Amino acid sequence: MLSKEEEIDILKSKNNYEDAQSSSIEALKIVQKNRGWVSKQAICEISKILKIPESNLEEVATFYSQIFRKPIGRNIIRYCDSVVCYMYGCEDIKSCLEDALNIAIGETTQDLRFTLLPICCLGNCDNAPTIMINDNIYSRLNVKRVVELLELYK
Amino acid sequence: MKKILRTSETHPLTWWLNEKKDVVWIQEYKKNGGYLAFEKALKTIKPVDIISIVKESGLKGRGGAGFPTGIKWSLMPQKSNFDVRYLLCNADEMEPGTYKDKFLMEKIPHQLIEGILISSLALNVSKSYIFLRCEYIQAEHILKKAIFEATKFGYIGNNVLKSGLNFEIVLHSGAGRYICGEETALISSLEGNRANPKYKPPFPAHVGAWGKPTCINNVETLSNIPSIILHGTKWYKNLSKSIDSGTKMMGFSGKVKNPGLWELPFGITAREILEDYAGGMNSGLNLKAWQPGGASTELLTFKHIDLPMNFSTIQHAGSRLGTALAMAIDDTVNIVSLVRNIEEFFSRESCGWCTPCRDGLPWIVSILKSLEMHQGHENDIDLLEELCCQLGPGRTFCAHAPGAVSPLKSAIKYFRSEFECGIRTTSIINI
Repeated sequence: MLSKEEEIDILKSKNNYEDAQSSSIEALKIVQKNRGWVSKQAICEISKILKIPESNLEEVATFYSQIFRKPIGRNIIRYCDSVVCYMYGCEDIKSCLEDALNIAIGETTQDLRFTLLPICCLGNCDNAPTIMINDNIYSRLNVKRVVELLELYK
Repeated sequence: MKKILRTSETHPLTWWLNEKKDVVWIQEYKKNGGYLAFEKALKTIKPVDIISIVKESGLKGRGGAGFPTGIKWSLMPQKSNFDVRYLLCNADEMEPGTYKDKFLMEKIPHQLIEGILISSLALNVSKSYIFLRCEYIQAEHILKKAIFEATKFGYIGNNVLKSGLNFEIVLHSGAGRYICGEETALISSLEGNRANPKYKPPFPAHVGAWGKPTCINNVETLSNIPSIILHGTKWYKNLSKSIDSGTKMMGFSGKVKNPGLWELPFGITAREILEDYAGGMNSGLNLKAWQPGGASTELLTFKHIDLPMNFSTIQHAGSRLGTALAMAIDDTVNIVSLVRNIEEFFSRESCGWCTPCRDGLPWIVSILKSLEMHQGHENDIDLLEELCCQLGPGRTFCAHAPGAVSPLKSAIKYFRSEFECGIRTTSIINI
């Protein structure tokens, strides 16, 4: 059940656009910000608030890479795999993350501490390789530093 | 390495910055002449004349395609019954190897806002959207604060500077998809749908967001507008060393000594940027190839390094200036592996709308992977070339797939032996 605050925020977001469908992405993000991910139940409730079909929300929610349709970890690690980071060894960073967390790309650790995802170029190419953990960007990484960072996000 | 002396006469975009490159907030921006261009445009220039000035300035879109901004603006209906029209600022920067818009938004947000306001005035727009990629969290915070400041100082809102005009800027943050940078896909996404591109015509200037006339400009393009209005077209043209007017955010990343971006005049050579600003290649490494402006631009080689950086010269050399944020590829990099990385990115980011792109890109990735593992088949290179053709311009719904195969096509052209190497080993194993 969505909270009253979530409902108000979703309705407020409608004011920025010409119709309710246009605020669908914002609505999904409001729910995700509070709950970490967007459940089927949440889609159903957003659909009632915005008065748009559930299928419209579903197709949007499954299209965009930063809308999550299943529970995620407390910390989201997004490693940049774009071409400059590639030249600086992002594949080693990826292997290191997968080994340390014992998960593959797109998965969440069993203790729900981490979710590991790739990301489009983070625009930090002059400081490659780079990863983003939650809202924080870490630059000029190496494998040793990655392991240290994981310890910080227990 | 050259030290840049930034002045308002030579560096219209970045002269605002101090040594520490702190954010230029409104007090500092106004103190140095910020928003004067907007006031001048609002009080003394007719909207149609603003369009003429921008047209005459020769400003070309800085998002990658380089379409003349003034002409794009003049495509919007001038006198019509449309009472609602929109300006969209494309800040959905995700091109691998590109970080110029992020820099401008995070350091000089009011320059962008002033550019949007002047453009809104010229295009008779009262509501603009900044479509920002959601992963640019710091840029989002800074732009939100800057919009708040501009509203507080009376530049945004109702009856701006007692002109009777209203301006609203909405910061819209996306949800993650490279294709949103394509202008019709950006509109689809803003309308709350999957970011599938739309067929043109009709062009967004006539049927854009919510069916209304819509103009879409890049962050860097809009950031150029205030100085053009303030200092004039002749001055702007003279900033350049080539036929393209003004300056451009350019730079080099990759294994160079001082990777970064700088505001430089059009026409500066790639070698000058690489050696004088980026400090040359790291010790022990040689330049093998380079991409002039992002992952979707064709590879060029060392023989092209003295080319002036402008739209037509780079195009003549068989590539595109793109975002002009170049990437140096050193001689330790295997070109097949590098292109595999690029194609994996484009394959992942295909919106899936049309078959050549949706099915062709994963096919290319699969072939490149087998070549990388030295398990390629005899006809793999021919097949890759065939796919480059089938995914080329005019064969797909938008420019995503043609952009994706551009580096591959050029890689085969210049580094064919590295592709052949992936096959030869297999033949030996078969023997």
